[in-house]
Amino acid sequence: MTATIRRGAAYVLLTCLSLAVLVPFAWMLSASLKLDNEVFSVPIRWIPQEFHWDNFTRIWDRIPLLTYLRNSAFLSLVITFLQVLTGSFAAYGFAKVRFPGRDALFLAYIATIAVPWQAYMVPQYVIMQKAGLVNTHLSLILLQAFGAFGVFLMRQYYLTIPDELSEAARLDGLSEYGIWARIILPLSKPALASLALLTFVNTWNDYMGPFIYLTDNNLWTVQLGLRSFVGLYDAEYAMIMTGSVLSVLPILVIFLLGQKYFVQGIATSGMK
Amino acid sequence: MAEQVAARVSTPARARPRRRRSSTWVGWSFILPNFLGFATLTLVPVLASLALSFLDWDSYSTPRWVGLANFERMIHNETFWTALRNTAYYAVGHVPLTLVAALGFAVLLNQKLRAVRFFRTALFFPYITSLVAVAVVWNMLLSPDLGPVNQLLRAIGVDNPPGWTTSTTWAMPAVIMASVWRDLGYYMILYLAGLQTIPAELYEAAQVDGASGWQRFWHITVPSLRPTTFFVLIMLTISSFKVFDLVQVMTEGGPGRATLVLSQVIFREGITQGRFGYSSAISMVLFVIVLTVTLVQFRLQRRSER
Repeated sequence: MTATIRRGAAYVLLTCLSLAVLVPFAWMLSASLKLDNEVFSVPIRWIPQEFHWDNFTRIWDRIPLLTYLRNSAFLSLVITFLQVLTGSFAAYGFAKVRFPGRDALFLAYIATIAVPWQAYMVPQYVIMQKAGLVNTHLSLILLQAFGAFGVFLMRQYYLTIPDELSEAARLDGLSEYGIWARIILPLSKPALASLALLTFVNTWNDYMGPFIYLTDNNLWTVQLGLRSFVGLYDAEYAMIMTGSVLSVLPILVIFLLGQKYFVQGIATSGMK
Repeated sequence: MAEQVAARVSTPARARPRRRRSSTWVGWSFILPNFLGFATLTLVPVLASLALSFLDWDSYSTPRWVGLANFERMIHNETFWTALRNTAYYAVGHVPLTLVAALGFAVLLNQKLRAVRFFRTALFFPYITSLVAVAVVWNMLLSPDLGPVNQLLRAIGVDNPPGWTTSTTWAMPAVIMASVWRDLGYYMILYLAGLQTIPAELYEAAQVDGASGWQRFWHITVPSLRPTTFFVLIMLTISSFKVFDLVQVMTEGGPGRATLVLSQVIFREGITQGRFGYSSAISMVLFVIVLTVTLVQFRLQRRSER
């Protein structure tokens, strides 16, 4: 009996708290369908009196949203691809090949994860400036594609794959590259998916990187475009929320498709 | 030459180093594509940052060794101290609140409930949503006059609700609130993973002994989660000292300098003003703080394990 009551209480509590956490999204969606002067009505009207779906067509003319979305998609895809490819390749070297200096090298990777980005963002910027890459997409690609986090995450996963598998393949005459491509990669699909999703979402949502490196409007990502729209027209509440909804939508779709892998990826990164 | 090869082939003891040398080459070949990018754009900058902090260098002049001058200048600079205080304030608010919220939700979700997936999704979603969108929405929710939060506060009888991001006192709490809301889902998942490693027998045994739910939480859950809590604490601390995006978009460090944090000062001095040396000196301080806090946490963790 008490167990039933306790479970009921947990349900009620969780429902209330989860809804409370979702309130900002409800507000965003509701405001995106209103007129500017209806957004801050007293009392709050959660369901718009009249649905202004035209906000979602008008916004494309107001800001170059298509360009921003394309830039964000391009950067996120390229960076994710490189991160997953070079990360899993390096992780194989760290997890399955024994050679002197390997562990010291890995420690250098781990140590830089703990160093705040701000501590080396200036030398990084200087290097990019000298190479003439500031204000190009290439700068962000180089900066984010070779992250230590991807190597770490993939290595953690590879350590759970028994060494006997690669030993057997070695005896069968497969080269190390062959083992990576034909045995380890197919086995690590969940980890690859986790890393890909986390990288994609992080790149899509990154603000500081593009903020520092991209000055040209044509190169801007969704985050920068939206921010500048807010700065220029801060009273167009409804339109700002429409842009926000559109910037969140791709992430929502990706998240719902790959939920399981997000959870796995985060849980793996917490493994010791 | 031929003799050497023959010797290697004939004795197993000699064959070993040769195999090792080839595996060294193979190992490096796997790591190299990533390492080249990592070394030029992470490892070298990390080391260069230390050197830069002792130089007087802007984007035009030639670098000049100035010893500790950058650090001296920093100590006498009020903006630096304000930013340091604000960063600490943010960390002191953000770390414990996120930790408690994440743990609380994880414990609630770890029960055998239906719709667990829905709750987990709902709570995790803020973490992966577009930061600018989230910051703008929070600014609207917290708008002093007509914002929903203050409407609610007035409705329950608060006559003079806070001005949130427009008030020097309330801007930081507003930022902290939004950041806890955003981050709790991530740490909740770490805790959920930790909770799943606790054997159910422990709880069953405690229940037989008549331990209440609260007692079971304090004497089984909390101690068993110690490794997770340690990891969460370190991650939260590091991320707190790095805070930039949310502050930049919500308040730009204002009003006045009420929410100005260290990473913004580093950004402004280094990249906007081009004072590479001075900015690197501040980033060294940030690095040392993060390192110290992490090491202290390691120490405490090890002592409590004994």
